[in-house]
Amino acid sequence: MDLNYSQDESAFRDEVRGWIKQNLPQDLREKIANYDELGREDLLRWHKILAKKGWVAPSWPKEFGGTDWNVVQRYIFEEECGFAGTPPLIPFGLSMCGPVILRFGTPEQKKRFLPDIYNGDVFWCQGYSEPGSGSDLASLKTKAERQGNHYIVNGQKIWTTLGHIADWIFCLVRTDSTLSKRQEGISFLLIDMKTPGITVRPLILMDGGHEVNEVFFDNVKVPVENLIFEEGKGWTVAKYLLGHERMNTGRIGASKRELEKLKEFAARQTGDDGRPLIEDSRFRDKLTRVEVELMALEITNLRFLDQMRRSGQPPGADVSMLKIKGTEIQQALTELSMQAVGPMAQPFKSVANDPDFDEFTAGLAPRYCNFRKTTIYAGSNEIQRNIISKMTLGL
Amino acid sequence: MNFDYNEEQQLLADSVRRYLAKDYAFEARKKIVASKDGWSPAVWEKLAEIGPTGLPFSPDYGGFGGGAVDLMGVMEALGDALLVEPYLATAGLGAQFVARAGSNAQKKAILPAVVEGKLKMAFAHTEKGSRYNLARVDAQAKKTAGGWEITGQKLVVLGAPAADKFVVSAKTDKGLSLFLVDSKNVKIKPYVTLDEQRAGDVSFSKAPGELVGAEGGALPVIEEVMDFATALVCAEAVGAMKFACDTTLEYLKTRKQFGVTIGTFQALQHRMVDMYVSYEQAKSMACLAASKVDAPADGPTAAQDRARSVSAAKIKIADNCRHISQEAIQLHGGMGMTDEMKVSHTFKRLTMIAQQFGDAEHHLARFASL
Repeated sequence: MDLNYSQDESAFRDEVRGWIKQNLPQDLREKIANYDELGREDLLRWHKILAKKGWVAPSWPKEFGGTDWNVVQRYIFEEECGFAGTPPLIPFGLSMCGPVILRFGTPEQKKRFLPDIYNGDVFWCQGYSEPGSGSDLASLKTKAERQGNHYIVNGQKIWTTLGHIADWIFCLVRTDSTLSKRQEGISFLLIDMKTPGITVRPLILMDGGHEVNEVFFDNVKVPVENLIFEEGKGWTVAKYLLGHERMNTGRIGASKRELEKLKEFAARQTGDDGRPLIEDSRFRDKLTRVEVELMALEITNLRFLDQMRRSGQPPGADVSMLKIKGTEIQQALTELSMQAVGPMAQPFKSVANDPDFDEFTAGLAPRYCNFRKTTIYAGSNEIQRNIISKMTLGL
Repeated sequence: MNFDYNEEQQLLADSVRRYLAKDYAFEARKKIVASKDGWSPAVWEKLAEIGPTGLPFSPDYGGFGGGAVDLMGVMEALGDALLVEPYLATAGLGAQFVARAGSNAQKKAILPAVVEGKLKMAFAHTEKGSRYNLARVDAQAKKTAGGWEITGQKLVVLGAPAADKFVVSAKTDKGLSLFLVDSKNVKIKPYVTLDEQRAGDVSFSKAPGELVGAEGGALPVIEEVMDFATALVCAEAVGAMKFACDTTLEYLKTRKQFGVTIGTFQALQHRMVDMYVSYEQAKSMACLAASKVDAPADGPTAAQDRARSVSAAKIKIADNCRHISQEAIQLHGGMGMTDEMKVSHTFKRLTMIAQQFGDAEHHLARFASL
């Protein structure tokens, strides 16, 4: 047993850290630090910088631009990005649609879609959830009827993250509603968002932000060559993708950064008795418990990676555990941050650069609201528990 | 980076596990617990034969020169079996002081006997009112013509009734110091602990003792050994937690109510999942603690780094000991309350570990102070 990174791994971490420091534009760094809403251009700018370096899709096969890193190196890279506070890599193309096309796509589909995903020339979004199909995804109703060389799509998707700035959407649609098993008769379709009949309507969240949408399909014509894998076998594709979606939901690097910021703030913030808040044991003990939980999560994550590296097996239900703990920690940090700020947490949106506000409070209250999503999205934490219960415990 | 036990570690853990499965099943353990002394010389002899008593000591004295990581698998096995023999008191505490701070003559006189299973030890430190503060000691040591005389009262000394020799902390003019005292020179009030181990209050009245290590320089040694023992007890907790989780899962799969196994109820499934998550998180922290107490103690921040990691681990272990043990009983329903189920005994051991060598609150304060 050796919990230390090897010399090679440490050198790799230094390389990644140094490179990010050199190449992350200052204005993007500040936007992240201030929790500003990032636009399409902001997101794609960082994507393109990474693509140029060849680091944008580490898990892809080498011939499509992958890095050939092992799982530990990939983890180090993600952690360093999170810790440095880079813009997130939007997963819909790189970690979802891309891997699906790599696994199930025809050679033509690979040629057509993968380079654009890699280079950040096409922005993707995900069409899974529907108003009546949240955790129970297989109940989806959006219909695709075959007419000659096209599918005619009708229905509605919801919670479509960044749908308002996306060029393409990958969708689960029902191509056959006569089958008794709901998982059958579902197909995986790629749809150009510019196709006539598509309407995107914003869903403003309680933090005031616009990140998710409703997407309506009204007789949308989709060429049959946009079908991935076989008609009616979309559930197989969806299950494969869910495994990918649950990778890196621990967000350990980002939580480490938030924890450091919170500690620094608590050291300069005074408590009721005039001493630094960090010396208030009631507050400090809560903070320490979160810190310890994060330490444990990091080691647990590394243990799973070590197992994966050795066995060569893809991640199993254990990644559900990382999602549960990772999101609980993220939420705990936003909650403690609110508590640390005290009465100054009340202004909904403090003004950046206002000398009356500590920079730490910028966007804090909206972020606390926004982060409630983490235990709901990407398979709610209750669904994750169902997965562990069934797959790992055999219940 | 690598989280596996190496071949030797795995072999040793497997041998201990196999032996305990054969001779230390729950019914056999019950008899040992109910016996007059509450521990079994035959079991002790066997542990020495297989190797755990010698593992954490230098080959110069017949040991294997192992550390906490080497012992993790063994401790997990002991936790699973709920071993009541004074292994931790001897190899994790008492003899560790001799190994780390003793003179060559003391090592020669004591360590080979410990390795061979012929000598049992205990660490007499806690006093009335000292709680978990390692520096708070009232016992006194006075220099005499022939050596030292120790006077004081020590409480809840783990393994005291079986110990042949004590390492005792006491103050001299120069400060906190450690002494070796023979058990025939002390008075012991023995009792059974909540988790069915034997301990006792130990009185020293001008008891002749031998100085161990530097006079007045005991505190860093005590902290180092307590961190080592804490790392061991964390691994022991992981073994006990694993049993609690596995046996509860088994119960959910067999116990029927309303015509179905109760494991089909989602309310119970999610609680069971959370127990396993707790176990995995605890195991990760036990790995951290063992690795850090084994790390070379060089550099100005080494001791601090070790203490921080051990305290972090103990916080998590303490919290998760409570979580897992309480849930294991709840999910067993009335059966979990009974003395005849092993899980209720595991509950007791986990309850004790949560408070042994500092509870979560103690280690929260220590972590923050480092």
